[in-house]
Amino acid sequence: MRAKHLPRAVLSQGPRAFVLCGPGRAGYSGGMIVELGHYALILAFAVSILQSLVPLVGAQKGWADWMAAAGPLASGQFALLAIAFAALTYAFVTSDFSVLLVVDNSHTLKPLLYKISGVWGNHEGSLLLWSLILALFGASAAWFGGNLPKTLQARVLAVQGAIGAAFLAFMIFTSNPFLRTALPPFDGHDLNPLLQDPGLAFHPPFLYLGYVGLSMAFSFAIAALIEGKVDAAWGRWVRPWTLAAWIFLTIGIALGSWWAYYELGWGGFWFWDPVENASFMPWLFATALLHSAIVVEKRETLKAWTILLAILGFGFSLMGTFIVRSGVITSVHAFASDPERGVFILLIFAVFVGGALTLFAFRGAALEAKGVFALVSRESALVLNNVLLAVASFVVFVGTMWPLVSELAFGRVLSVGAPFFNAAFTPFMVALAIALPVGAVMPWKRGKLGKAAASMTGALALAVALAGLAFALQTGRSALAPIGVLLGSWLVFGALIDLWTRGGRQGIGDRLRRIARLPRADWGKAIAHGGLGVTIFAVTAVLGWASEDIRVLRPGESFTLSGHTFTLTGVERQPGPNYISTMATVEVHDGDRFITTLHPEKRVYPAAGMPTTEAGIHYTLTRDLYVALGDPQDGGGWALRTYVKPFAVWLWIGAALMALGGLVSLSDRRFRVAAGARSAPIAAKPAE
Amino acid sequence: MRAFLLALLLVLPMAAGAVQPDEILPDPAMEARARAITAELRCVVCRNESVDDSNAEIARDIRLMVRERLVAGDTDTEAVQYMVDRFGEYILLNPRPTGSNLILWITGPALLVAGLGIALMAARRRRRAGPEALSPEEEARLRALLDE
Repeated sequence: MRAKHLPRAVLSQGPRAFVLCGPGRAGYSGGMIVELGHYALILAFAVSILQSLVPLVGAQKGWADWMAAAGPLASGQFALLAIAFAALTYAFVTSDFSVLLVVDNSHTLKPLLYKISGVWGNHEGSLLLWSLILALFGASAAWFGGNLPKTLQARVLAVQGAIGAAFLAFMIFTSNPFLRTALPPFDGHDLNPLLQDPGLAFHPPFLYLGYVGLSMAFSFAIAALIEGKVDAAWGRWVRPWTLAAWIFLTIGIALGSWWAYYELGWGGFWFWDPVENASFMPWLFATALLHSAIVVEKRETLKAWTILLAILGFGFSLMGTFIVRSGVITSVHAFASDPERGVFILLIFAVFVGGALTLFAFRGAALEAKGVFALVSRESALVLNNVLLAVASFVVFVGTMWPLVSELAFGRVLSVGAPFFNAAFTPFMVALAIALPVGAVMPWKRGKLGKAAASMTGALALAVALAGLAFALQTGRSALAPIGVLLGSWLVFGALIDLWTRGGRQGIGDRLRRIARLPRADWGKAIAHGGLGVTIFAVTAVLGWASEDIRVLRPGESFTLSGHTFTLTGVERQPGPNYISTMATVEVHDGDRFITTLHPEKRVYPAAGMPTTEAGIHYTLTRDLYVALGDPQDGGGWALRTYVKPFAVWLWIGAALMALGGLVSLSDRRFRVAAGARSAPIAAKPAE
Repeated sequence: MRAFLLALLLVLPMAAGAVQPDEILPDPAMEARARAITAELRCVVCRNESVDDSNAEIARDIRLMVRERLVAGDTDTEAVQYMVDRFGEYILLNPRPTGSNLILWITGPALLVAGLGIALMAARRRRRAGPEALSPEEEARLRALLDE
């Protein structure tokens, strides 16, 4: 293996001979490309400063040409960052070990996919990706925002530019991805093997698309505060951006969770780890914002609250970046010993969130509401949704920060882990799930609780029946899963009944046709709400119904778990591209019927010096069979960890449904009208 | 960079491990109690991982210690207290609701009450203000129309 790769490695490392004479010398094209990327990065910083100032002044003074500069500047910043990112990717793909970042995170033998994902599998590179996506969103607002009022667009782009400038400064002054090393080594240290996985390769880009997407809502909020005007049109512009960000966050979180499920070896899918919480809090806020923006759009009320949510949503994205990047949560002392980066991010956070909240305090009250609504109405239901989501998010926040606060303020060194979050967070989600189907059919302005609830009787009856069935069948297990069945089917049937009643009272054919023609937003809503129900059901089913077996098995031996017979037929060593695998072969039978052969592995990555496990999983819609290989035992045989996880695959299907619902909603005509109007600008409204 | 890699190692839960076959108690009921207890104890050298999930050496020691205590006849509470006496409250993944920790536990319910209260008050104020009051611009326009 090695011998085969060596000549190629030497060939591809040809530039190193030049590098040894001094990195970046002329005549060495790879070095030029890296320097070009470095230059583009610094230039992008300069452009972003211009982008944050020129349009803002232009909008204030009413200078059209200054405002018009925003578009080209945003496009330019994006182009420059794209060049920088391409250059860094080039350095990774060609294994240019004169770049420090490549040395620390790559290896010549690493598969190409992970050479590319290695670009963002580290602090510096991930910041570059962050900034690139930020610039992409800014540029999109310039490209597709032609129907925005000129001053609003200029201000939105200026705020985007300011966020970009802050992060580019952070990158250039504390975390430069293009730093060189004077003595390039012969090979790199390899990427953390846990990150060498397809699920995790695409997890960060999706999360960043989500985090950064929320910056658009933030920029729109700041621009609206400066303008002092929030109307239905504003709601219509903000919602697609928030929806897009929310879809990306949903996919990103689901990918991370799925990765944990198959990679970490015991089938856990959520750990309430600070890093997970850092992505979950913005998701909760984005969900709330998504719903309150509907109220702004349809009823022109809840304006101040929506602006506040937009600020908090992005604020928590920044907070998440701070938590992940500063190491403050891992240990207060780790933060104190290398505070440069942490303090910088905290500063960015303080300036943007503090500044935004100050602006909000001064201008927020001026955003008067137009629509009034009764205590029982769709508006109130959405307020309830917002309160529950926001409070749940704060609970996660306080729990995440509490160890830090407790140690600094009270001198109590303690931990806050999964048991706390399960106890303190879950009730809010249960309340949300109970209220959701009724709230979703509540009419705007004024409704009757009894009438809305009555329309859901069928859903309730079906849910109770299914939960009762589940309870009767499971014999002797905790009530957790049946409760999940109850809530999950309540949501799914609630969403179906909502669609069904929207079809009107007519013949079944007409009715179905009418349902099929409902606006995409209605379909999206039903799909996403149903997806939430599916996820809730799957979470409780996996937690409540999983069975586990831990034992030592010699090759040839077998055992039975939940009606499945697992036989270990052998364990052998197999070489991989940049790792060595110890792979077991486990055959699974159900009675006499052969089901599948699983290959759980333990891998060792010599360059990184780290082991990983790859579980062998057989996915079906009703259950996952999950086998993880443990250590060889002194007395012969191998430790084997086996799980049967009922309905586990529905965790990801539920998340995918939520994302799909968002996508369908995003394709609604209303948004396309808003976007399409670019080619035919709406005639200026007469001044009121 | 080294610090970052180190942090990454701590951040990512370590691969597989956890309860080993030789640790399991012969009595399933007692084993179930042990598992429930260790799921709420923190692996003291890991990042946010329970003793039940961790493959660190110390996690194994703690798992064995808990089982020893249960075999010796401790109740669940006594076994947990035994661990707290040795490792401090740092070992509890579920912080006890005492003293300053009350703040942590009360935050959620308090915010919920406050949030709903504010929402109710705002709704009441809005309704008292009457339906869709005219904006100053609209009033000016109305006046202009009436004056004509």
